[in-house]
Amino acid sequence: MTAATLPAQHTERRVPPLGGFNLTFLGLELRRMLRNRRTMVFVIVMPVVFYLLFGRKGATIVGTSLNYRTFEMVSLALYGAMTACVSGGSMVAVERALGWSRQLRLTPLRPVAYVSIKILTAMTLGLVPIALLFVFGALQGVRLPAHEWILCALAVAVGSLVFATLGLFMGYLLPSENVMQFLGPILGVLAFLGGVFIPVNVLSPSLVTVAKFMPVYGVNQLAHAPLGTGLGWEVFANIAIWLAIFVGGSALLFRRDTRRV
Amino acid sequence: MSCDIRDQRICALATVAATIDRMTLTPTEQAAMLAVDLRGVTKRFGPVTAVDNLTLAIEQGEIVAFLGPNGAGKTSTIDMMLGLSRPNAGSVAVYGRRPSDAIARGEIAAVMQTGGLLKDLTVAETVRLTSTLFPHTRPTAEVLERAGIAGIADRLVGKCSGGEQQRLRFALALLADPLLMVLDEPTTGMDVEGRRDFWAAIRQDARRGRTVMFATHYLEEADSYADRIVLIRQGRIVADGTTAEIKAMASGRMVRATLPDADRSAIASLAGVESVELRGDTVLVRAKDSDGVARYLLSQTRARDLEITADNLEDAFIALTGDDADDYERSSR
Repeated sequence: MTAATLPAQHTERRVPPLGGFNLTFLGLELRRMLRNRRTMVFVIVMPVVFYLLFGRKGATIVGTSLNYRTFEMVSLALYGAMTACVSGGSMVAVERALGWSRQLRLTPLRPVAYVSIKILTAMTLGLVPIALLFVFGALQGVRLPAHEWILCALAVAVGSLVFATLGLFMGYLLPSENVMQFLGPILGVLAFLGGVFIPVNVLSPSLVTVAKFMPVYGVNQLAHAPLGTGLGWEVFANIAIWLAIFVGGSALLFRRDTRRV
Repeated sequence: MSCDIRDQRICALATVAATIDRMTLTPTEQAAMLAVDLRGVTKRFGPVTAVDNLTLAIEQGEIVAFLGPNGAGKTSTIDMMLGLSRPNAGSVAVYGRRPSDAIARGEIAAVMQTGGLLKDLTVAETVRLTSTLFPHTRPTAEVLERAGIAGIADRLVGKCSGGEQQRLRFALALLADPLLMVLDEPTTGMDVEGRRDFWAAIRQDARRGRTVMFATHYLEEADSYADRIVLIRQGRIVADGTTAEIKAMASGRMVRATLPDADRSAIASLAGVESVELRGDTVLVRAKDSDGVARYLLSQTRARDLEITADNLEDAFIALTGDDADDYERSSR
């Protein structure tokens, strides 16, 4: 039997653990994102520059005990993390366009492991603007109790999951190699309407109702909550509903995608 | 494993037992040994039938060319073998398993025609990433070497030529050390030199006993690199044989003569006759034994103006896979 000359016998072969999920994969994915200059401008340069331009005011925001310096630090950290997560998630669009997803289907990698790696890569990259903004904030004179620093950072980092799934959803929805060109401005508008740059109630009281239905609103409220801005049930409802929409939508589109190929 | 003198007899006995074991496989077990086992596979896309009740068995160690014109159903068949799509009817087994299970165990690997690479990774990173997805793989350096791209390991994939990218795809397919390697038109768009280097690497590799199946519409590729050629047309197999057999079919000759009122059935019953066509006073006979046909026509009938013309492989390919190939299709069954 010629099979005997082959190195690995039929019965010896196993399936990889964790469906193919591993840290080398994660590391290489991160390296790919760091190589993308356009993403780096959106994720790192823009939030920092915006903060240095607009976040320096020590004035107190109407209706709160917060000053702009602190508020914008958290806001722009969130904006950076959000862009990182959406671009990370939407990388599946590029990979579908290049046929990489199809190539991966010829390996033991399970779809769940692939999607987890995409989300974790995006969220890990999201930590970079959070760290940077907090350092710049401290340099600008933001002073907070230790637990508020930690809770704010945690809320932004964990809350970005919503945006990683948003990116994934868009990545499966749009068949383009340049999703971010299209998503960048939309994110800006969504962030604005969600009250990221300026608190919605400051902008216009009538916008508050609209804001509550925006995908960025929930996470934004959660991110500022440790600073004492208040936290209602509608914040958690907003987060849960949008998360469910993006995860469900991605799963549906993923199925359609693999059936068609 | 080492045996002392007394144990050697036991060792020998064990080997014999294992051999007997393998010789007494049930038919199901033998089917499980087949590298590829397609039975009555049909694939439809809307009103189009891309693969039409196709049955094909490939044994371990064979090098098979899947030869046919564009749109013959080669890629559709390969997609089903790889588990990328499902047949509307029929069954597909790779080493006795479902294709997706064979993929998950790294038993089958494929080199696709285009795409499937990330431009922002280097050659070595692409191999390293892919290697993390399999439980056991050959070392990165080794597959780069065997695919002939060790020299460009640090180059970004986006900066590689088409031929280099194709050898990278080959390197990726080598990683899991698959039992079966499937290549879908692997040399499309490569220059002559790139094509030659690529096939040299494949041939080198196949010597180790790997089963290889490649789709191509280049006749000379099938001729030079396969042990067996499966000709496919409109989703059906129109010829299947060793390269020599296909060549023999191809070297069938056409005997042409003027013979009014020819006895069609008498000519058709001659040995080696594949088809008989009557065009007015002209009779056209396709036959392997053209001399026999000529001898019969000249001695037993009043045929005159007799001509014998030889087909080459190219003509046979066109004849077997062309639109007006129905006669040959029937005769080859």
